[in-house]
Amino acid sequence: MNVFDIIGPIMVGPSSSHTAGAVRIGKIARAVSGGQPAMVTIELYGSFAQTYKGHGTDKAIIAGLLGMAPDDERIKDSLELARDLGMAFKFKKSGNKAVHPNTALIAAVDSQGKKTIVQGSSVGGGRIMVNRINEINVKFNGEYYTLLVPHHDTPGMIAAVTNLLADQGINIAEMNMYRSQRGGEAMMVIETDQAINEELVSLIEAVNSVKKAVLIKPIY
Amino acid sequence: MISYDSVQELADKATKKGKPISALVLADQALQMERSQQDLIEEMNKSLQVMAEAASKGINSGSKSASGLSGGDALKMKQAIHAGQSLGGMVLSETLAKALAIAEVNACMGRIVAAPTAGSCGIIPAVLLTLKEAYDLTEEQVVMSLFTAAGLGMVIAKKASISGAEGGCQAECGSAAAMAAAAAVELMGGTPQMCAHACAIAIKSVLGLVCDPVAGLVEVPCVKRNASGAANALIAAEMALAGIESVIPVDEVIAAMKDIGDAMPKTLKETAEGGLADTPTAKKMAREIFR
Repeated sequence: MNVFDIIGPIMVGPSSSHTAGAVRIGKIARAVSGGQPAMVTIELYGSFAQTYKGHGTDKAIIAGLLGMAPDDERIKDSLELARDLGMAFKFKKSGNKAVHPNTALIAAVDSQGKKTIVQGSSVGGGRIMVNRINEINVKFNGEYYTLLVPHHDTPGMIAAVTNLLADQGINIAEMNMYRSQRGGEAMMVIETDQAINEELVSLIEAVNSVKKAVLIKPIY
Repeated sequence: MISYDSVQELADKATKKGKPISALVLADQALQMERSQQDLIEEMNKSLQVMAEAASKGINSGSKSASGLSGGDALKMKQAIHAGQSLGGMVLSETLAKALAIAEVNACMGRIVAAPTAGSCGIIPAVLLTLKEAYDLTEEQVVMSLFTAAGLGMVIAKKASISGAEGGCQAECGSAAAMAAAAAVELMGGTPQMCAHACAIAIKSVLGLVCDPVAGLVEVPCVKRNASGAANALIAAEMALAGIESVIPVDEVIAAMKDIGDAMPKTLKETAEGGLADTPTAKKMAREIFR
C-alpha cells in the first residue's frame, strides 16, 4: 500500500468496485479478444446483477471493451459510443451464484466469428481478479504485463517459453499453469516485471504446441 | 522506513525531527516506491487538480444522477451562499457546497479522486480547497497536506478499514474526515500532535456510523454524509488547533473503530439490507430504479 492507494485512484464515479473495477474487466476482455469485438454478451452476477443500472456497471464494462481507462469521462456515454463504433452488446442478469459477488462474464465475438470468454470479479477499491479465460479457470489481476499462452499440454512447454523471456532479461513475477486435463488444452499465465513487446509475443507463438500468445498490458 | 502502524508514532517522529507529518510521509514514500520526491509531488498535484475540477464542475451542474436519487443540492447551497445566507460562516458553507458538489459529480459518473474511497471523495477536497481559498494558501502547501492525509489514511486502512463494506460509514466518511482534519491542522500551522488529536476527535464523533445506502447506490445518504463529514473535519481541526486534546489516544480510537466495525451487523455494511435502505421509502425507490 502506498499514498496513491489512499488518495487515488483518479476515476469516474460512483463506485470503485462497481465502476472502476468493471471498466478494468472490460479492458481485459478487449485485450484477450484482440481488440474491439463485433458483438458481446455480458452476464452479470451477484451485486453487479442487482445494481448495475444505478452504478453504471454496464456503461463501465462497455467502456473498458472500447479501450477506455477508469478515469475516462466518456464512460457515461459508452453505450451510445459502442453503437456508433459498431459494437453490439447484450446484458443478462444471472441468478446463479458466482465466485465473487461482483462478477461479470463477457463473451465476445470478433468480426471473423471467433468467440472469447473472459470472466472477472471486482474485488474492492477498483482492483479486479480475472478468473476464467475461455474454458480454463485462471487467476490474475492485470497489475503486471501478463502473457496468456494457450497450448497443448506436452512436456517442455514451460522451459521453451520461459527461456525466451530469460533471453530478453525479463523477470517473471508470477506464473501459473492451468490445464483442462492431461494431454489436453492448457494455459500458462505469466506475469512479468518488465515490459513485453510484440516481437517476443511472435517468438512465443512460434514455439511448437503453442496455439497463440496474448499480451495484456498493465491496467492500473 | 515507516510501517504505518500508528498515527502517534508518525506524530512523534515528526515532532522529534521538527518537521510536519507530510514531509516524513513524502520522504518515506519516495524511498519505498523508489521514486523521486518531486515525482510524487507531481502525481499528487494531478489528483489535486482533478479534485478542484470536480468541485467547480459539480457546483454549477444541478443535474441529477442516473437513478434520480441525488443531484442539485450543491447548486442550492451555492445559491444560499450567494444570497448571503450562512449560519456557520462562509468557510463552513463553502466547505459544504464543495463536498456536495464533488459527491454529486461522483454520483453522476463524473471524474473524481477516491479519497480514500469514491463514496467519501468529497470530504478531503472540500476542506482543503476551501481553506486554500479562504486563507490564500499555495497549491504546494495543499499538495503537501495531502501526504499527511494519505499517511494517516494508510494507518487507518491497515489497523481498521476504509471500506464501508468492512467497517460501515465510520470507516469511509469517518476516515476521510479524520484524514481531512489532520491535513487541515497541518495546513493551518498546527503541530503534528495536534494533527493526531484532530484525527482522533473526528473519528470519535462518528464511531458506530453505519453504511446503509438506499438501493445500494452511492447517493443517499452518501452525498450529504460527505457534507457532514467535511463539517466534522473542520470541527475536529478547529478544536485541535485550539489545543483541545482527545482523551483517548488516537491509535486506541482507531482500534475502537475496528472493533465497532467488526461488531456491526452485515445488514448495516453496504449491503442495503438495513437502516435507511430498509425504510419503506427506500424500498419503494429501489423497486422503481431497478424495475
